[in-house]
Amino acid sequence: MKPGPLYQRDREWHPPALTPDYKTSVSRSPQYSMISLETGIGEITGPVFGHNDIDPIDKDLLSNYAKSGESPIGERIILHGRVLDENARPVPNTLVEIWQANAGGRYRHKKDTYIAPIDPNFGGCGRTLSDENGYYHFRTVKPGAYPWRNWINNWRPAHIHMSIFGTAFAQRLITQCYFEGDPLIDKCPILKSIPDPQAIEQLIARLDLNATIPLDTIAYKFDIVVRGRRSTMFENRPEGN
Amino acid sequence: MRQELNYLKETPSQTAGPYVHIGLAPGAAGFDIYRQELGWDIAGPNARGERIRVEGCVIDGMGSPIKDVLLEAWQANADGIYAHPEHEGEVEEGFRGWGRVITDFDTGEWGFDTVKPGPVTERDGKVIAPHISLWIVARGINVGLQTRVYFEDETEANAADSVLNLIEWEQRRQTLIARKSERDGKPVYRFDIKLQGQDETVFFDI
Repeated sequence: MKPGPLYQRDREWHPPALTPDYKTSVSRSPQYSMISLETGIGEITGPVFGHNDIDPIDKDLLSNYAKSGESPIGERIILHGRVLDENARPVPNTLVEIWQANAGGRYRHKKDTYIAPIDPNFGGCGRTLSDENGYYHFRTVKPGAYPWRNWINNWRPAHIHMSIFGTAFAQRLITQCYFEGDPLIDKCPILKSIPDPQAIEQLIARLDLNATIPLDTIAYKFDIVVRGRRSTMFENRPEGN
Repeated sequence: MRQELNYLKETPSQTAGPYVHIGLAPGAAGFDIYRQELGWDIAGPNARGERIRVEGCVIDGMGSPIKDVLLEAWQANADGIYAHPEHEGEVEEGFRGWGRVITDFDTGEWGFDTVKPGPVTERDGKVIAPHISLWIVARGINVGLQTRVYFEDETEANAADSVLNLIEWEQRRQTLIARKSERDGKPVYRFDIKLQGQDETVFFDI
């Protein structure tokens, strides 16, 4: 058996394109139906990354931008988990990239003008490859909540943006990881763009005391699931037919 | 009780937001952090085939260019081979076939240099016209959009392409055809992406 096409993406599990309470989606959402395609060779393949592409320090946001001997301000956390597919198989050697605000809710970005200060020791991005069992981990600070113009008083719950490749271009995914217990989760129009409450739960990282480093760093666990693949037990059509 | 299937659900998508550059293109956000940013060279120095530029704008439903978009490209080399272990065949050293590009903060223009991909033979033997797959994310886009750049000067291959022909409305097929011109002796293909409206670009659910 060789790996075959990807399982159909469950569009009812993802947010729809048009979610009016998240205002920016109104003029940026396609209105015609998408054209449904079987996954071909250009979709079941995707870019391959290796350890030459990145450096080990890239996954440590506590040190990858800090001056020597200094650290960013904020709650020190480990964010860890596994990259799996829908068949619950680990996805090894796949690139995971993250970005986030600092502990005060400010992004290091020339377009962010929020009053909270930039942290001179915090860049706010990291990247790593999952290991042979699909595990990944980052060390960072817990990001702060911040206000944004949607309604006049919207606040984003603390979140870390995550970008995942999987092994196929049609598995490409960007999402956001939230933290359990955050009272802003229930009020966020971006999070509530997802219709199914169980799907929202899938984006909330759990406190994982077993993975903490005592007296040093607290931990949250966040598993990522990319689309699964059919095994080609039977071909749709014989070759060349 | 019936047996459980025990499949996992795919992690739901969320918008890349306005600050996607921090994670995927930190230099554009305004700081240097990595030894190398990924995706700025799609074809590499050794790729055979015709060197081309592909450029355009992403336009919203109001007709305005969007200035905080990130696009990723995925393509075969000039021989129609993807740089991936599951596609039989060799690619040139340094050819990844993948890249990312952002829109200009002031103009909304994006563009990348690459080589023109060759036709790709599908696993069922069908030949697909030369094309580049694009994945588009931005603030206000809840799930990354997938589309394809085909080339104006591949008239015959485009006419026979099974994906283009799947689009029932013939005039909508035109939204996937990049228009060719020349600049400094080099072919430039223009590919504007319209997110909404009568000439909305065709997007795929793949």
